Amino acid sequence: MKVSKNLITYIILILISAFFLLPVIWIVLSSFKAGTSLYKWPPELIPSQPSIENYIIAFKKGNFGLFFYNSFMVTILSTMVTLVINTMAGFALAKYKFKGRDLLLIGFISTLMIPLEVIMIPIFQVITKLNLYNTFVGIIVPPAATPTGLFLMRQYLLSVPDELLEAARIDGASEWRIFVKLILPISKPVLSVLTIFSFMWRWNDFLWPLIVISTPEKYTVQLAISNFVGQYNVDWNGLLAISVITMIPVLIVFLIFQKQFVKGMVTSGLKG
Amino acid sequence: MEHRIKQKKRKINIQRALAPYLFVFPNFIIFFIFVVIPAAYGLYFSFTNYDGLSEEEFVGIANYVKLFSDSDFWDTMLRTAIYSGIVVPTIYVLALGIAILLIKEIRFKGIFRAIIYWPTMISFIVVGVTWKWIFGDTFGIINYLMELGGQKGIPWLSESFYATLVVIVATLWSRIGFFMVIFISGLQSIPSEFYEAADIDGAKKWQMFTRITLPLLKPTSVMVIMLAIIDSFKAYPLIVSLTGGGPGRATTYLVQYIYRFGFEKNQLGYASAMSVILFLIILITTTIQFKVNKGGEI
Repeated sequence: MKVSKNLITYIILILISAFFLLPVIWIVLSSFKAGTSLYKWPPELIPSQPSIENYIIAFKKGNFGLFFYNSFMVTILSTMVTLVINTMAGFALAKYKFKGRDLLLIGFISTLMIPLEVIMIPIFQVITKLNLYNTFVGIIVPPAATPTGLFLMRQYLLSVPDELLEAARIDGASEWRIFVKLILPISKPVLSVLTIFSFMWRWNDFLWPLIVISTPEKYTVQLAISNFVGQYNVDWNGLLAISVITMIPVLIVFLIFQKQFVKGMVTSGLKG
Repeated sequence: MEHRIKQKKRKINIQRALAPYLFVFPNFIIFFIFVVIPAAYGLYFSFTNYDGLSEEEFVGIANYVKLFSDSDFWDTMLRTAIYSGIVVPTIYVLALGIAILLIKEIRFKGIFRAIIYWPTMISFIVVGVTWKWIFGDTFGIINYLMELGGQKGIPWLSESFYATLVVIVATLWSRIGFFMVIFISGLQSIPSEFYEAADIDGAKKWQMFTRITLPLLKPTSVMVIMLAIIDSFKAYPLIVSLTGGGPGRATTYLVQYIYRFGFEKNQLGYASAMSVILFLIILITTTIQFKVNKGGEI
């Protein structure tokens, strides 16, 4: 009875997993079919002559080396800013009593309800007035202050005992020193969570670059792909190769920080 | 000597009083410049005829009046609502169902979870590309499989009904994993004593689900549904690369419609009025979640 019951569970789970896994496998396999073999009918399930030609062409002709460089730079810088400023603000909101704190907290929560989709038209005006149009700063700094990141940090730091901070103060540590030497190390697990999320958000982001960036030399990968796929005659050879590469960085970051990530999920009380 | 200690103490006190403001400052200033100010501007624009170039004129509620009689806008709203109405319940049922399977004592749990979660880490643009390739009219694997099964291939992306279907499938594929994780932690927070007690009382599996799991899962459920609704009304990047909003306008939803008026037709005032409507949808959904869950506790 028990075995047969679990058997059904396994079969269902395998079918579901197939739905989630096969699309990725299919574009990976397709990306190794060079030239016209990609358009063969009936399609070859496994490429008979696997080749990395598509990848080479995409980087040579499609200028994707530059787009990857842009994406990496924007993602890494923005994530660094996110980690520092959200930890600072989370620390202040969790561990200090000061005038206006609750008001600030409510204000920050409310910004969750104003996603970029709602303000994309006026934000364009603001970005232009600040001379940030078509600059990397324009896609690095504004999205770095994320309400989600702020709350993640605040919830986690609420659990830091006040005695710890008092002890450091009695030892003569300044507030900034407490932040750098005490709070940052304590936050390591939750910082991993935020690193994964921020990296993923910024790497995958489409709307910010779409609104802020105009010249192709400053395209991020996502923006470049969306342009690529919008053309009348889609060059699938290059497109598939680039799409496959684009998935890899987030996966690597996830694998690096995964252990800490799981720890952070448990201890920060972040449910989901 | 005593004087100097006092002075130092005061300096420390000032530093301590000032510290939180300095710590909050970078976040605050970014939120203020890039959220608060644009939001205020957007609201103001919605009462003007701003076109991005010439000086705007105040037109009162003219944009909103126009909006109410704009049948294209309401068609778009209807399409968005239908898309949302299909996607949200499907996500709810499938994500919860998968989560229930994956909290059982089974082997390879971690691998199954990872496989289902993995598509949520792929950008919407690439998700769109992936499904466009799979459902391609002429080279798509799905049409090949249909031919193998003796069926005729379907022009998936050039017929409204099928294009909508493909957009929905791609959305489910890219979002279910995220909500599954939320459900898993929600399910795990239900104390096992409840189930043990029900088991002793001879409750059936289905009864346990409807009498214990669902009621205790309500806060999580509400959160999932509200997040999924907001997500569906923000849908745009996936559609850009999958269908471009077509064929015709069959898969053009609210955000793309706003984008078109704001950035292509230069009717910024009018587009801002639509943005206000989008904000109201998000506001109402969030408020409902907050009220039902009494403070947004997960």
